[in-house]
Amino acid sequence: MPQVLEPRVAPLAPGSPRTRPDERAARRSLLDQVERLEAELASLFCSTWPRKGFDWGVPGRAGPRLLSLGELEELRDDLAERVATGRAALSDRTYVEEQNRCRIEEMLLDPAAHKWERVSHEDIGEPGCRHWHVRPRMGLIGMLAGWWRVVISSGCPLAR
Amino acid sequence: MELALSEGWVEPELADELPGIGLVLAPVEVRPGPSSREVKRRLRALADRYTGGKVIHMRQDPVPWAYRVFARQVGVDPDTDRTPVERIALERLKHGGIRSENLLDDALTIAIAETGVPVIALDPDRLDGDPGLRLCREGETLGAGRPLSARQIVVADRSGPVAIVLGDVSPEAGVTPKAERVLLCALSVAGVPRIAVEEALWTAGETLMYS
Repeated sequence: MPQVLEPRVAPLAPGSPRTRPDERAARRSLLDQVERLEAELASLFCSTWPRKGFDWGVPGRAGPRLLSLGELEELRDDLAERVATGRAALSDRTYVEEQNRCRIEEMLLDPAAHKWERVSHEDIGEPGCRHWHVRPRMGLIGMLAGWWRVVISSGCPLAR
Repeated sequence: MELALSEGWVEPELADELPGIGLVLAPVEVRPGPSSREVKRRLRALADRYTGGKVIHMRQDPVPWAYRVFARQVGVDPDTDRTPVERIALERLKHGGIRSENLLDDALTIAIAETGVPVIALDPDRLDGDPGLRLCREGETLGAGRPLSARQIVVADRSGPVAIVLGDVSPEAGVTPKAERVLLCALSVAGVPRIAVEEALWTAGETLMYS
């Protein structure tokens, strides 16, 4: 049995050429994946606008240079992670925004049930400074009499 | 006007790794100088076309997107080291306009902003042969003293690197006010139609010659 298991290939002589594995297919596949992930990241970035507070950074690799296979894999993984976290963060944000839109409808339907509540454009993922605010009609009198209404602000203050 | 476009050489290893990469050259017989009123007017008109929304969505436009992908594939973060077209757009948003520098820089800015294709200018009289694209070798520098890392992608002539792809141009090869001629070099990458690259060179060439 030991004779059978003995290797029959002669060991390489020192200095003889070694054939490196062909990385081209793997590299091509990784470059394609980077391209697809960059497309997804760009699309996600545009979908989040004008919302703020997202992190899109995927560190560079001191380029422009040809990256090694390992570096390409790391880059692909970083991009995939960034896309996944970006997508999750956007999903969470849009859920909250939907809740805020519902809240605006409820405020409009029954202002007295939402005293002093305030929802801004930012809370529903829209650009601008408009907000919906439940306030009493005629100040203190309205507050005591229960005359509540939703005041919609006219937008951003003018630049000075 | 006739612009004699030619292809720069590309090192085989680079061409194998990044199919579609290339350098298109266009020599222009023009001396650099100040920008004319017409060029400044054109810059202003260009600046007026930029809006926040347009700049945000620029990364999904086919040509700027192709350069973003290229930057990413070669280890550059395009959100930190912006591609030339995004750099111009961002400058426009920050400063409220596109500042005029001189005829050559303005012509390059107009060409890049109009087409999205990065174009650089070299002084052909300071080059040693036609430029092309290759990987940097151990110990090479950009110009007199800026060290480059091995396998960095550079524009090079026979003597050595003259510019970093999507980056700086060597002061030893760049255009000075004394230059008699200009060599425009446009980088093409996969996903960018040849016509866009040619249009970039024509735009820069026409701006230089008819201003």
